[in-house]
Amino acid sequence: MMNKKTKGIKYWAIYFALPILLLIIWEWADIAGVIKPYTMPSPMGVVNVVVEYVENGLLFESIWVSFIRVLEGFFLALIAAFVLGMGVSLFEWMDIFTDLVVQILRPIPPIAWIPLAILWFGIGESSKVFIIFLGAFFPIFINIVDGVKNIEPRYLELAEVYEIPKWKRIQQIIIPGALPSIMTGIRLGIGNAWVCVVAAEMIGATKGVGYMLSNGRSLSRPDIVILGMLIVGIVGKLMDDLLRFIRKKVITWI
Amino acid sequence: MDIDIKEKSSKTTKRTIVDIENLEKYFTTKDGRFQALSDINLHIVEGEFVSIIGGSGCGKSTLLRIIGGLEREYEGNVQIDGQKVTAPSREKGFIFQDHRLLPWMTVKENIRFSLEKSKKNDDFWIQKYIDLVGLSGFENALPKELSGGMAQRVAIARALANQPKILLLDEPFGALDAITKIHLQDQLLEIYEKEPITMILVTHDIDEAIYLGKRVVVMTPRPGKIKRIKSIDIGKPRRRTGPEFTRMKDELYKDFFSEVEIPFSYTI
Repeated sequence: MMNKKTKGIKYWAIYFALPILLLIIWEWADIAGVIKPYTMPSPMGVVNVVVEYVENGLLFESIWVSFIRVLEGFFLALIAAFVLGMGVSLFEWMDIFTDLVVQILRPIPPIAWIPLAILWFGIGESSKVFIIFLGAFFPIFINIVDGVKNIEPRYLELAEVYEIPKWKRIQQIIIPGALPSIMTGIRLGIGNAWVCVVAAEMIGATKGVGYMLSNGRSLSRPDIVILGMLIVGIVGKLMDDLLRFIRKKVITWI
Repeated sequence: MDIDIKEKSSKTTKRTIVDIENLEKYFTTKDGRFQALSDINLHIVEGEFVSIIGGSGCGKSTLLRIIGGLEREYEGNVQIDGQKVTAPSREKGFIFQDHRLLPWMTVKENIRFSLEKSKKNDDFWIQKYIDLVGLSGFENALPKELSGGMAQRVAIARALANQPKILLLDEPFGALDAITKIHLQDQLLEIYEKEPITMILVTHDIDEAIYLGKRVVVMTPRPGKIKRIKSIDIGKPRRRTGPEFTRMKDELYKDFFSEVEIPFSYTI
């Protein structure tokens, strides 16, 4: 095993070997004429479209628009999932009361809600935020419930010995105890939200990364499509990195 | 009964603080109901240090949990300071086998967490108990940064900071290595000298029971019963060696092992 703490040259060499190899194959395929410019751009073609989109400002605008939508949907989902998740995990009757509906709604992919979202909210911002909300809600909700239910009963026994009032128990035992699980839910939720924004924007949007993808297809510009896909991937990875970093800063006790 | 005698004696120094009469405890499992404790009678006077010893499954921990209010279903009468035990409380300090510190709180915060409202912001109070268990300098350490012995000392400080009437210790040193265990036993005795509160220690370690207890309650399993209660006199200061200690130990051995099974070390 390679030591992850001291990442030497060897680590980074192996780390970047595969992407570089893929780039070389891609470039070779272009030179050899295996790929046709109207179905797949060359690596240089993608660099050119990056320059084009930076110059006309569309690159950052698209990312920004999608990012804001994700944040809106995500925070609404976080609040709803927290309130409902706490209720369900602390009161058994609420668990029973909501169980069947939750179990049936959960497997429905957020994309399947798009037709209904458009009928309800039109093609404006709200329908997209709604789809993102659905995408982020369930992972967060399920992980909160899981986290609270798996809190070690011995800590609650301790709270009994020291006569800790119920509210303090929630604040000082249940929430910190469930925090690792909640953070996992947030990571999965925001990842899902990012997937959903792209899907929602591919249908009826005039801005954003998803729009960039569908626009590239309409214009028969595979270079724009590839750029859009790369943005989705890279931003998704960066958001995940950020959340992992936050988790490390917040959960210092493990 | 002898209530009159008890009340008279309360005016002098020795007042009973724990009264257990005709205690029976049953557990219901998938395989049916079985008896965990049978006909337990035990009276402990204020300031006494009592060890309860027995093999696994003899119900010694169950007995302690009943005294602590953690097991609430039982038959018979269990009173602390004249009041029937119905729930856990700060006045019945409980030390578990695991230190049970909240991992997300520092040493100081763990103690603060346990205190009643009027003491929560009293840093001097908290510090006093951290000092008492010899952990000055570790106030802001997280439990993961402490060794097992240190963490258990914090648990003891946390219990004592609540000024309990009695301290219940459920195999508190069972998970520690032999050397650390001896250190902590000595430290517990020191604390007991400084703050002579009533202590009840559950253990499966014969040496520990004798070294710490003024009386040793011997329990036998299926169902959990008190076989006998033995007063310990090994002189002062207490020693882990010497003829008295060995004699006490031999006697207790006989309670657990029949003649044929007497361990090798004993026959020497």
